[in-house]
Amino acid sequence: MDPLGTGAIILTILGRFWPVWIGIAAIFALSFRFKRRLGLYGRLFDSPVAMAGLALVLFWAFTAIFTDAIATYGTLEQVSQMKNKPPGTPTPDGTGWFLLGGDHLARDVFSRMVAGSRIVIIIAPFSTAVAFMVGITLGLPAGYYGGRLDTFLSFAANLILAFPVILLFYLLVTPEIADTGLPQYLALVLFLFPILFLSVFVNARYRVTPGVRNWALLAIGVFCGYVYISLVSEPGTAIAILPAALDAISVPTNILIVFVSVVFVNSPTVFRIVRGLTLDIKTRDYVAAAKTRGEGLWYIMLWEILPNARGPLIVDFCLRVGYTTILLGTLGFFGLGLSPESPDWGSTINSGRRLLTIVPFPAIVPAVALMSLVLGLNLLADGLREESLKD
Amino acid sequence: MTDQTSRDPILEIENVSISFSTRLREIPAVMDFSCAVMAGEAMGLVGESGCGKSTVALAVMCDLGRNGRITSGSIRFKGRDLTTMKDDELRQIRGSEIAMIYQEPMASLNPAMKVGAQLAEVPMTHQRMARSEAWALARQIVADVRLPDPERILNAYPHQLSGGQQQRIVIAMALMAKPALLILDEPTTALDVTVEAGIVALVKELGAKYGTSMLFISHNLGLVLDVCDQICVMYSGEAVETGNVGDVFTDMRHPYTQALFRSIPLPGADKNERPLISIPGNFPLPHERPEGCNFGPRCGYFDPGRCDAADIPMKAIAGDARHETRCLRWSEIDWSALPQASATREKRPPGEVVLRVDDLRKYYTVSSNPFGGGATRIVKANETLSFEARAGETLAIVGESGCGKSTFARMLMGLETATAGRLEAFGSSLEDIPIEKRDADTIANLQMVFQNPFDTLNPSMSVGRQITRALEIFGRSNTDPERESAMLKLLDMVKLPRAFSERMPRQLSGGQKQRVGIARAFAGGAKIVVADEPVSALDVSVQAAVIDLLLNIQRQNETTLLFISHDLSIVRYLSDRIVVMYLGHVVETGTTEQVFSPPYHPYTEALLSAVPIADPKVERKLILLDGEIPSAIDTPPGCPFQTRCHWKSRIGSNLCEREIPPIRTLADGHLLKCHLSDDDLAHMEPVFASERGCN
Amino acid sequence: MLLFLLRRVLIVLLSAFCLTLIVFLLTNLSPNLEKLAKSEAGTRITDREVAVWLEQHGHARPLLVRYASWLGLAPAWAPPGRHLPGQCAAAAEDDADAPRYCGILQGNWGTSTVFRGDVATILGVRLALTGNLMLWVMLVMVPSALLVGVLAGMREGSVTDRTLSSFSIVTSATPEYVSGVILIAVFASSMTGLKWFSGTAGSVADKGPSFDTMVLPVTTIALYGMGYVARMTRASMAEVMTQQYIRTARLKGVSFRNVVLKHALRNALIAPFTVIMLQFPWLLNGVVIVETLFNYKGFGWTLVEAAGANDIDLMLGCSVVAVVVVLVTQLLSDLGYVLLNPRIRVH
Repeated sequence: MDPLGTGAIILTILGRFWPVWIGIAAIFALSFRFKRRLGLYGRLFDSPVAMAGLALVLFWAFTAIFTDAIATYGTLEQVSQMKNKPPGTPTPDGTGWFLLGGDHLARDVFSRMVAGSRIVIIIAPFSTAVAFMVGITLGLPAGYYGGRLDTFLSFAANLILAFPVILLFYLLVTPEIADTGLPQYLALVLFLFPILFLSVFVNARYRVTPGVRNWALLAIGVFCGYVYISLVSEPGTAIAILPAALDAISVPTNILIVFVSVVFVNSPTVFRIVRGLTLDIKTRDYVAAAKTRGEGLWYIMLWEILPNARGPLIVDFCLRVGYTTILLGTLGFFGLGLSPESPDWGSTINSGRRLLTIVPFPAIVPAVALMSLVLGLNLLADGLREESLKD
Repeated sequence: MTDQTSRDPILEIENVSISFSTRLREIPAVMDFSCAVMAGEAMGLVGESGCGKSTVALAVMCDLGRNGRITSGSIRFKGRDLTTMKDDELRQIRGSEIAMIYQEPMASLNPAMKVGAQLAEVPMTHQRMARSEAWALARQIVADVRLPDPERILNAYPHQLSGGQQQRIVIAMALMAKPALLILDEPTTALDVTVEAGIVALVKELGAKYGTSMLFISHNLGLVLDVCDQICVMYSGEAVETGNVGDVFTDMRHPYTQALFRSIPLPGADKNERPLISIPGNFPLPHERPEGCNFGPRCGYFDPGRCDAADIPMKAIAGDARHETRCLRWSEIDWSALPQASATREKRPPGEVVLRVDDLRKYYTVSSNPFGGGATRIVKANETLSFEARAGETLAIVGESGCGKSTFARMLMGLETATAGRLEAFGSSLEDIPIEKRDADTIANLQMVFQNPFDTLNPSMSVGRQITRALEIFGRSNTDPERESAMLKLLDMVKLPRAFSERMPRQLSGGQKQRVGIARAFAGGAKIVVADEPVSALDVSVQAAVIDLLLNIQRQNETTLLFISHDLSIVRYLSDRIVVMYLGHVVETGTTEQVFSPPYHPYTEALLSAVPIADPKVERKLILLDGEIPSAIDTPPGCPFQTRCHWKSRIGSNLCEREIPPIRTLADGHLLKCHLSDDDLAHMEPVFASERGCN
Repeated sequence: MLLFLLRRVLIVLLSAFCLTLIVFLLTNLSPNLEKLAKSEAGTRITDREVAVWLEQHGHARPLLVRYASWLGLAPAWAPPGRHLPGQCAAAAEDDADAPRYCGILQGNWGTSTVFRGDVATILGVRLALTGNLMLWVMLVMVPSALLVGVLAGMREGSVTDRTLSSFSIVTSATPEYVSGVILIAVFASSMTGLKWFSGTAGSVADKGPSFDTMVLPVTTIALYGMGYVARMTRASMAEVMTQQYIRTARLKGVSFRNVVLKHALRNALIAPFTVIMLQFPWLLNGVVIVETLFNYKGFGWTLVEAAGANDIDLMLGCSVVAVVVVLVTQLLSDLGYVLLNPRIRVH
């Protein structure tokens, strides 16, 4: 088989992404159809910037979902004679091409880039979501009560923010720390926040109707409790509460460390944003109205203040997922946490950079992929901000 | 001004239409607007918010922003068409020939630039004046607008001045180049009434001194009567009536103008015998204007087939000079007919005492250093408040900003606790029980209606849900269906359609939101309702309807209404008794008649005289107070009002500066906190001099 | 004002104390110490021998005591048999002269196991190199970011605004390791054949900086930070341009140029100032990535080397420097904000 030319490479790649195109087209068609009924999300389709951002984000989300259909080779599959080959080189057995060339271990750069999206798309939004739960659960009372609680929490947040991120990663994401079980203890604390948040949320709303309240709390307790325990517990490590048979969700320790440290780094910033928004919103008359009605403190915080802070928080969520993507890349770039053969973009850039001046593709491809995802999230955030201001 | 000069128009606006383009559609803001301002004349532009009056002002400045444009017509200034001018020419005119004064003085001054530099910039730009010369001129003008210590003011930053001082600086800035036309866009709306009176007097005086023509934009008819010679009433983007102030105020020839006058509380109005008549319906949105007459759907003289057939032109009124109306039927309507009297209500005797306030005090400690730490100072927000309120009566608490009326409301509601004194409601003391510790009944019995309609409802919760939540909390009904029906009944009570329960607050107008706020306050059958300026942010035609509603519900439930306000016209209209507050002190208490007729407390007298009244028949004595309201941190020694009091000279031996006056009983229930002798009080003249037979 | 300063300084000191304690805890965990023992005393020693080695070198004392003696608040470690401290013994001619307290506060930063030298000296050399890099980054980044932001925010929605905004949103979405890789591939690799600049800056440490070696590292750091600062400046400028006092100035007849220069600029720069100051810790991040990528042997590179080789004293030293840099910039940004904004100036 002959090597492919530039045009042919592009066409073949575009063809490989067919499930992604269908997915994006379907979502865009549906959203356009019901644009006026979808609130803020619907208004995104009035702004070209937001649509471009959304398209980029959806592209990577669908790529992560359909990885198996898109990738041409396995992530660890080494094909002999394909070491450091340029893009479009056919494999010796004639079954196909290395569309974007081969890396220094003769693996397919294209397939690894595609598979790398999965790690980012799973970790980045979830860890950001957990960071938001932590930030919100602590930021609301800090802003609302003020006083010593605020002084203490703000000091702690500033303390974490004063750490250069990389130093923190170098301290937290090492095998030595993993041995002590510290990340798992951290996870134990951090993952408690979503449950706490949900319970308080439901309790505040149904305080006056105890019947509904008790059932809802029980359901949350049982379901989230199980997920929580099985997330945190890992047989053979410092925390092994559940036997392996009952452990539904198994998170490898190194992924857990990465997850926890990203949450740890992001929470203080979310805390500061939520605190600032709370300070602003608590002076509104409808908060005073709720107080004069005799509402509980958590009801006021979660049902009167939080929903009205959602605009800036949604925007920040998008930006923060982008930032988390960059952080994950940074971790990979320094070879921290994730295993060296992992196809995530940061690690691939790291392994590709050594031969950068001679064989640039293995590093450039994941670099561009990472950039496009972050760009998409930033554009989306910009679009969201603009549209939410246009009310 | 002479007849000669008033013949040449300085500004002629002819058939101007202005529209703004938005993403969805082109919105016409002003249609077919014409008016002329003669030299030395003051033209008042009146209308409710959204009627396009500010847009006209910006169009004259040719500063409509990127989305706005003048679609037709011409604006001629001294004979030159501004709409076709180039940017350079426009810049020559702006600031030197036409100057503008804005609503928010703080926002219109550059926070990072010294006042002097901002003033001097005008002649430096337009006359290429040297810097030192320009500063000298600025110093002179600052003295002209009667600001004390010009040197210090010039070197201050805007945030170091009070609101009234800032507005004087904005006026000084407008006068720096001695413009031929001055545009004033609601120049006093953000200020207190006694400060407003000073600014209005200044504007009138300077206008006469420099012979400046004025375009005065306001929603306040009383102010326009005070300042202007000509008036132009706008409704929904159109001028509906123009003419000389005297003609329009006494012989109006447009149904909207008439309805507007009937909906504002004039001294003769009374809640029981002559209730206000609100304008039915809502202001049309710009893209939902009806065919034909814009006011048609809300007009009592509406004639289907004629009024909604085609656009209605302005017609001159025969017999009056420059008096025009945009009404087809003006010659058919009997303008002297009295309004159809809506059901008069009988006055109810007050019930037993439900709220007793005795020597209540609230002090705050604040740090004098913006970064915390340092010496702390005491803010005396409330000093020795004493009064009581009875079941079913309306007690008004009146005073300007900083007088402590809102602090009292917060204490009553339990958002703050008192420093000392007693606060007793329904026989139980509440002064040191915060809201968290009050039982559900007390909470449900004591509710509040808030000031700002745009802030009073949670923007992300439906109207029905917010009312239902109040019902849940007050425990008034037990099951969801019960609460649902109770909520719908509350909507009926505040005269909102039941379909509104599904709506979000942003889909409601200001008046409608305020109604929801009222429904929520009455959800638990409240016995005492505090209304903190509930209508001050609403347009006059809506104000009447909301007040009417509040009074009706009060009557049905025999609620005690504590009406907090700075607007004496409304207070006079609806209250049974009045408490006048100044700097945390109650200076006068009495029935409405007692407070509104002499003897007055000197502060009450000044306050009454400061309120502009939209009735040319009423003449009032003008008493201008010097200076500003002192800050609550630096309260003057002795009588709180002594720094601004006109009567202080009557009291010898610095008594006012040494001692807080005792509370004196003048007549049954009429209490005064003043050192003035009985003789002086007896010789006080009424503020409304030629007011005969109105009361 | 003085009181405010004092309070801030106290908070900084407290933060520094907490942060160094945390770093000390994390670097002195038992697995790290075990690794240290093995790398110093031989990789094949038994657990028993590890314990003995740790005992002999004072690592078996309680953690807080070790932290205090590292700080210089407790007596330094004296090996058994000698009643004098070991840490500083080398500096003294004989035992009697050696000081008893010998920690950071006394100027002793410890010894690096990787570079075999005094930590303070090593850090001094490295910091000078990094300072050089930072200087150029700031000189390139700040003026261009402000210019881009002001030009874009001046007329919101114009073509200039859209072009410049797109540019800054792209650069702020490109982390250093991405832009660095792309820049090297474009300007220094055989792919495009341009080879205008050097793809590595390893020689700077020995031969001093040159245009050829510095261009790519400086551009890489500056680009990412620039996008962020430019977007902040633009937002701030755009907001200021809609303020009423700008309309006042315009309707006074002031020309657009003067409206921007005299009225808008100062107000618009208040917000980005804080952002720029807080950009320093961010630059620190970029510095570590870029120094690793370009093999520029500065502070960041040292940090990575120290962390990779479990060089406890050097890592502690690096952390102290990093933390101090961050805290001091926070302090300066607070002060600068107060000075720039007349509304909160203390009189």
